Amino acid sequence: MAHSKELRELVEGCLAEGRWAQAHACLGDFWRKEGRAAAANYVLSCYEKMKGHLPLVQTRIAFLRSMTVEPLVPILRSAALAEGIDATVHVGQFNSYAQEILDPASALYAFDPNIVVLAIQTRDIAPEIWDGYADLTEADAQSAVDRVLRDFGAWVRTFRERSNASLVIHNLEKPAASLGVLETQRKAGQLTAIEQINAGLRALCSEHRGVHVLDYDALVAQHGRARWHDEGKWLMVRMPFAPDSMLPMAGAWLKFIHPLTGVVCKVLAVDLDNTLWGGVLGEDGVDGLKLGVEYPGALYRGFQRAVLDLHQRGILLAVCSKNNHDEAMAALQNHPGMLLRPEHFAAFRINWQDKAQNLREIAEELNVGIDSIAFFDDNPVERELVRSEAPEVKVIPVPSHVQGYTQALRDCPFFERLTLSSEDQVKTKQYHEQRKRSDLAQTSGSLEDFFRSLEQEVVIANVTPDSIARVAQLTQKTNQYNVTTRRYTEQQIAEFVSRPDCGVYSVGVKDRFGDNGIVGVLITRTEDDVCEIDTFLLSCRVIGRTIETAMLGFLTDAGKARGASLLQGWFIPTKKNAPVKDLYESHKFRPVASENGATLWSLNLGEANIPFPEWIRLHVTNGSHRSNESRA
Amino acid sequence: MSQTVPIGPTNLVLNKVIAVATDVFQVPQASLGPASTPDTIETWDSLHHLSFVLALEQEFNVQFSPEEIEQLLSIELTTALVEEKVKGNGSSNGSGI
Repeated sequence: MAHSKELRELVEGCLAEGRWAQAHACLGDFWRKEGRAAAANYVLSCYEKMKGHLPLVQTRIAFLRSMTVEPLVPILRSAALAEGIDATVHVGQFNSYAQEILDPASALYAFDPNIVVLAIQTRDIAPEIWDGYADLTEADAQSAVDRVLRDFGAWVRTFRERSNASLVIHNLEKPAASLGVLETQRKAGQLTAIEQINAGLRALCSEHRGVHVLDYDALVAQHGRARWHDEGKWLMVRMPFAPDSMLPMAGAWLKFIHPLTGVVCKVLAVDLDNTLWGGVLGEDGVDGLKLGVEYPGALYRGFQRAVLDLHQRGILLAVCSKNNHDEAMAALQNHPGMLLRPEHFAAFRINWQDKAQNLREIAEELNVGIDSIAFFDDNPVERELVRSEAPEVKVIPVPSHVQGYTQALRDCPFFERLTLSSEDQVKTKQYHEQRKRSDLAQTSGSLEDFFRSLEQEVVIANVTPDSIARVAQLTQKTNQYNVTTRRYTEQQIAEFVSRPDCGVYSVGVKDRFGDNGIVGVLITRTEDDVCEIDTFLLSCRVIGRTIETAMLGFLTDAGKARGASLLQGWFIPTKKNAPVKDLYESHKFRPVASENGATLWSLNLGEANIPFPEWIRLHVTNGSHRSNESRA
Repeated sequence: MSQTVPIGPTNLVLNKVIAVATDVFQVPQASLGPASTPDTIETWDSLHHLSFVLALEQEFNVQFSPEEIEQLLSIELTTALVEEKVKGNGSSNGSGI
């Protein structure tokens, strides 16, 4: 990577010549190298020049705070822009977080944020616990804990009534210096009181949709309680952070911003030699690999643990390695030190062709965009090649020593998730089943024979509290088979569900190879005699199997049941949704309007006749698993 | 106040202070000199002053007391104080100037 000064010149040269994508990439490099307070304003001024030319994801973030956070805003914005997220930031009045939440006419609600961060400190919200704990009786301490939790509860409930934004709440930190050894002997000590508040906050967040805890206490501890703060600046300008704490603080916010804006990676592609194990298989042989419970093999095993943790979170794994295929597969399968095994991986590219090409093939095989792939390789030459030949891939910066690999992986904000659905945990299994399905397609004579042999069952259900998380996740992640690409949070889905004019349905698909889980979403809004399809999406795992025809067939019935005579839907083209472009036309909808490249398609329900695919069994349920109506 | 720019390490410190100020205040480097103050630099308001102080602390690996923060009101005064602090840190200040 070039030096900072050269990178600056490179950025400025690209800007002057209008090479926006390259300017963005170089500026990202510059920020990753020079990401400190001094560089943030410079980086932002460069982004201002290129912003209109880049495909950035927009988000609006409001801070409610009891401290000075302004110097962190340019750092946060620079870090987010380097990852393709353009955050507009509003900072609430100092220490007026309660008023901003409680007053429906406050600047907070007028700003109409997507994400709200409630950044308040123990010493502000619980001063009697922070400072002067020794004065408290056990009963006083308990009543302070109760008061703090009561306040948080009231704020969260009011906020949830007034806004659909996601809320991220800092939990309360413990003080750097203990009150003394007596502290840990008492049943009701200062630290216990703070822990009680944090446990209460966790419970509160789990009761409300889209409300999340940022573990500020753990963040401060990780960087050192004694080093995190700058007491002088706290007293002078109410800025608690030491300069070196600013980047980690912004990084902690970014870990929420990624999943909340959907800027996430779905696949981790890893190298093998000197990445998953120490040594080079082709030279050292399988017995010469460093991998096991002793040093240095334990470091690679530790890295495998971090990779496996991502797998359990629903991230798909792929191998992208220059090796002899059979030899490497045998090592993956048989080496006694391996934590990861072939069944953990959804795709393999073990060959001698270039890795950019391999990553493109992995994206195609797994049906994901290439920008959904992150790449981890110890070899800087391979990383550089991928960066230049497949610039959409997120290339993870890898430290020079294996000791840092695990942390480098765990620090990647684009693997963060805020919910874990049961679908996520069995995803790799579904891809293995998918591979068997493709094999079947190759052996079946006609397409119809193939559809019949799949024994597909489609379950369309009203969305229930159990399925809201998955449905919202699908609206955020589905790019290809998605007619309007409207992204919704869990709260927004919940709001649709509560509206009588809206129909919100999940679509589940089973076949002879297994249960794909919920893979589609339908949202309709009916006004007078028009039933409009707000959202029609299907995971690319199941497209090309006539499930979309079954879904449209269901919608004609649902529209009629709601008294509509027209079924209408917009197709809004994006870079990625070409696969769904002919959906309406191929089902006899007629174009009736167009606007900014989008087309409104309409179907007269009186004459509609969508031939139902005879090879699909459809169950329509009210949300429980019991079938109310069956159509064959 | 003397306007002569001393030669030697101060010049290095001065150049780096100006580089930090250029980035933080977002003004052309040529418009900054030892005599620049909040009165001559339009973007040098109180919030930018705080960002400037934090950036200097990070770049030079030093820490300013509240009293010192209030004194850093020109590039020349800033340079002098930074130089004093860097010296106090020993010859290797780790900031790569």
